[in-house]
Amino acid sequence: MVRRSPFHDRVAAANQTSLWSHWAGHLVVDKYEMSEKFEYTAIRNAVGMFDSSPLYKYRIVGPDAERFLGGVLARDIRTCGPGQAQYTIWCDDRGFVNEDGVVFRHGDDDFLLTAAEPNLAYFEHLVGSQRVVISEVTDDIGILAVQGPRSRAVLAALAPEADRLAYFEHTDAKIAGAPVTISRTGFTGDLGFEIVCAADDANAVWDAVAAAGEPHRIQPFGQTALLMARIEAGLLLIDVDFEASRFAENDEHRSTPLELGLGWMLKGIDDEARPFIGRAAIRRERDEGTSRWKMVGLVVDWEDYDRKFTAAGMVPPKDHTPVHEDMMVYDDDARRVGYATSFMYSPTVQRHIALARVRPELATPGTNVNLEFTINHSYVKVGAHVARTPFFAPDRKTSMPDDPVAEPADDETGDAS
Amino acid sequence: MSDREYDAIVIGGGHNGLVNAAYLAKAGLRTLLLERRHLVGGAAITEELRPGFQFTTFSYALSLLRPNIIHELDLVRHGFMPLLMPSSFCPMENGDSLVMGQDRNENIKEIARHSPHDADAYDQYSHDMDMVVRAVKPLFDSVPPNLFDTSPDGLAELADLARHLRGIEPTVVHNLVRLLTGSAADFLDDYFESDVLKGYLASSGIIGTKVGPMSQGSGLVLLFHSMGEHDGHFGKWAFHKGGNGGFTQVLARAAEALGTEITLNAEVERVITTNGKATGVALTDGTELRADVVVSAADPRRTFTEFVDPRELPADLVDSLRRYRYQGTSSKVNFALDGLPRYPSLGDRSDMFRGFTNIGPTVEYLERAFDEAKYGWYSTRPFIDGAIQSTIDPDMAPPGKHVMSCFVHYTPYELKGSTWDAEREQMADNVQDTLESFFPGFGDLVLQREIVTPLDIETVAGLPEGNIFHGEFLAPQMYFFRPAPGWNQYRTPIDGYYQCGSGTHPGGCVSGGPGWLASKQILKDLAARSSQRT
Repeated sequence: MVRRSPFHDRVAAANQTSLWSHWAGHLVVDKYEMSEKFEYTAIRNAVGMFDSSPLYKYRIVGPDAERFLGGVLARDIRTCGPGQAQYTIWCDDRGFVNEDGVVFRHGDDDFLLTAAEPNLAYFEHLVGSQRVVISEVTDDIGILAVQGPRSRAVLAALAPEADRLAYFEHTDAKIAGAPVTISRTGFTGDLGFEIVCAADDANAVWDAVAAAGEPHRIQPFGQTALLMARIEAGLLLIDVDFEASRFAENDEHRSTPLELGLGWMLKGIDDEARPFIGRAAIRRERDEGTSRWKMVGLVVDWEDYDRKFTAAGMVPPKDHTPVHEDMMVYDDDARRVGYATSFMYSPTVQRHIALARVRPELATPGTNVNLEFTINHSYVKVGAHVARTPFFAPDRKTSMPDDPVAEPADDETGDAS
Repeated sequence: MSDREYDAIVIGGGHNGLVNAAYLAKAGLRTLLLERRHLVGGAAITEELRPGFQFTTFSYALSLLRPNIIHELDLVRHGFMPLLMPSSFCPMENGDSLVMGQDRNENIKEIARHSPHDADAYDQYSHDMDMVVRAVKPLFDSVPPNLFDTSPDGLAELADLARHLRGIEPTVVHNLVRLLTGSAADFLDDYFESDVLKGYLASSGIIGTKVGPMSQGSGLVLLFHSMGEHDGHFGKWAFHKGGNGGFTQVLARAAEALGTEITLNAEVERVITTNGKATGVALTDGTELRADVVVSAADPRRTFTEFVDPRELPADLVDSLRRYRYQGTSSKVNFALDGLPRYPSLGDRSDMFRGFTNIGPTVEYLERAFDEAKYGWYSTRPFIDGAIQSTIDPDMAPPGKHVMSCFVHYTPYELKGSTWDAEREQMADNVQDTLESFFPGFGDLVLQREIVTPLDIETVAGLPEGNIFHGEFLAPQMYFFRPAPGWNQYRTPIDGYYQCGSGTHPGGCVSGGPGWLASKQILKDLAARSSQRT
């Protein structure tokens, strides 16, 4: 039988649509309200809450825990001190990405890693003689994400410690009397926090957050709203934007960190003191320039899009529902030069946007390409340009409460018209 | 004697003035925008009248904003943020209600509760309206031809129009004509039997205009409001983050980023003309500013009879402006609320307040509200378009509190035997009493109310007779004839003097259309002039 999240009682009571799907063997809500766009709007405009408990969670402890993770994870765990968290990836020895996840460091020898897929055997087989114990704590823990511009106000009302958390920091706190960890993390690209609590405390934590959030118009949001926000945030999704190398059928289905645009994670890759799985291959790829692709953002040319649909006798659709199918990318000479893996109309950016991989030489922001659509049952190419991701990155995502308000950046993010 | 020199001066910092100035600056003109008040926005402003409570004093929703403006002026970068209204709520006098939402099947079930017949009729109506809107949209979004221009260019523009109309399906043309000439009530009767559904839809046929839903001409108003577009859906409206003042602040930032200089507290006294040509403006403080192009975002009356001397204008233009009808009939009553109203039959539900709350349960209710206006009085039980923006935008009110914008119809500018100074409280009492009758206990929630009569709209926002559209949406004042026959292409008889307010095509509502289209015409004229010189 499909599992229920620790928050299930509250989630079920809030779900007005009876629409459920399965995520990592758990029952999860597609949308609580009839309008997923309303839930999404709450993330960008007020505050939303999301049950991310189905993630796999591993506790990694022991005197060699840092050395172990340093050898497995591509991003340098030594730069993540206690009270900090890191978005990270782990690769195979050919330099292909297996998976991504977030690691929370609780102490010198104490880590919690969250991942979308099971990884216990994979990690255990890599322990060798190191003094490390890995235990799966997936069912013991609930995770409640609180995301949006009002999330800090909601959290601060429950636990004042949250107010001073910097981006990707975490702290121990108490909510409704229950011990929790509050981290400034999330999958929406907005100001946001996640609360990790014991499964038994989940209902009390949900109730406290809902009550503290009510004056701020808090809205539970489901999978659809989350998947909308994450495309705008330029956050990759496994089995959509990439596949785990160890389960891929061939190299066409594998990606390297550089190809996924995660090169920023590889700071210190030349430090000989930290060998990690895939390092040699990644360095070789970097030095020889052998990347096949580069993950970029695409922004569809709105005029060309409107013109082509209108000429076909249609109202140009602006559908915010994420499309997780390959869409082909061509250059102006009709040569296929890449493919998009996630596509949507972004209500915040007010454009059709896609996460796509293109040939590395086309990855410069502003480069014009063409994205293939189906209009009146025929393939039609519509102009688009390469853009940096995230498409939407408000200052509040990383700023502190007393930071001065920044002016709009000259630097193009969503649009490079 | 001039203090400073510009390529273009735009008079008036409402949304059309801001849009126009932004486009002119984008084209490289050194552009100055002059605003009489201490803030830009015109009739699209948000004011904190009580600590933490943001009032949308006048306009209250993002209605017909042209999508190309969002892109061309790069508004997203400057904070443009439309907020979906996920519901529409129509309380009924028998205590029942119609709640429309985002899910088609839910809407079908809800309509079928009132009339099974109307369930699929609603889909047909929506489809038919979409087809009409699609047919009209190219005309809405372009400079209209001048019916009286017999030059080759003018005739070519008319021929283009004829070709476009000939390309439209006959049934769509017929629906268009029925809307342009008929009443909203008749049009809706062709589809529906449910009183509440017709009341809900007919309200779009009266807003801002001195017509009842049974009056010929209300069909045109219904169509006009259906021209709204939000994220690719026709007829859908949105709130802007921070209210409509939030939107005009975005426009101002965009205009400034493109190079527009904005000067506040600068009231224009007159446009300076030399030999039939505009050369600048004079402010009431005596400052004179020079520019080859002067654009008035004000209404036609001020544009033609106050900023310039009507004796300089052709007699037939002056005469048609004299007959141009304003007759504002709308008011606002805005409330600061201690909590959300309760609708008894819906128990503790409050999600229905996230969009418009339509107090106009039947066509007859609306028409009876109009009856009093015909004879110079305001409605005892008015039509109210309520919007509790704070239900979806927490920035509009302190935690746990709310603001409610109420658009009120009918409240004629000219009262028979009384004045608005004498009647304002009673008018607001009528609004509050009406709300109390639908939401028992409403009055206990009221912390403060702001009353905005047609006279206030005139004196504060500067809109003559308080007409929110810079002049009525009547067929003789639209398209070829807005604001006057032969002067529908944003030009004036004075060379270099242009108009870009809602008194020009396509008309009122927060569309930005007039400001954008006027900029196209101005830039076209400048290009023609410079090519003549070379």
